[in-house]
Amino acid sequence: MISTKRRVFLKGTLAAGTVGVAVGAGLLAPSKLLAAWPSEMFEAEGLEAAMEAALGSSDIPDSDDIDLSAPEIAENGAVVPVSVETTMDDVSEIAIFAEENDFSATAHYVLASGTKPKISGRIRLGESSNVVAAVKSGDNWYKTVREVKVTVGGCGG
Amino acid sequence: MSIRVRAQESNGVINVRALMSHDMLVPDDDGGPHFIETVEIKRNGEDAVTAHWNFTVSRNPFLQCEFDGSAGDTVSVSWTDNKGESDSTEVEVG
Repeated sequence: MISTKRRVFLKGTLAAGTVGVAVGAGLLAPSKLLAAWPSEMFEAEGLEAAMEAALGSSDIPDSDDIDLSAPEIAENGAVVPVSVETTMDDVSEIAIFAEENDFSATAHYVLASGTKPKISGRIRLGESSNVVAAVKSGDNWYKTVREVKVTVGGCGG
Repeated sequence: MSIRVRAQESNGVINVRALMSHDMLVPDDDGGPHFIETVEIKRNGEDAVTAHWNFTVSRNPFLQCEFDGSAGDTVSVSWTDNKGESDSTEVEVG
């Protein structure tokens, strides 16, 4: 389960951790980590840190050109279907985050040229959460956000 | 372990659906965390999609993607998990 204590602890340490996060983000060049599992993004706690690690910034523009499809209400947080599709050109990466999960970075896809910017999968949500889909078109990241209400959390054993 | 893959071409685009059998154990589970970290989908041996996952991807993960190609092409799907286990399979595009 998502631990409430952990989130409180996280909030308390976030300020102190900012320098570390910044250093981590500076060292991390996401597009150069194609082969290795990008532990920095997946081990980052909280949405902001995860986005910093994955995208280089948590402050990226919203775009209406990203179609993020997810249920408004998920009865089972263990299996939440999420699809991302965009009409943007030159898309090389897609990343999916779940804001309320302790470790928000959920999936990261590297697309070769000739691969359509269209990915579907299933993710776990520990509780109701915003789901963020980020798309890298050319050199720039764009995002869109959708809220999914969960009636039974999905991160327990 | 198994991977079930369906790869179907239509209008020059291959649609791939892959279902991987894996428990995707979260840290609170016995033996966890134990989860698929990387999935590689290739067409005729060339990278099409590389997926990196956290343990917050659902049990028995499903992945659907699309890329240019033709019927008769070969699509392979392989994964490796955080404990070094792996699986792979190859299908001909219908």
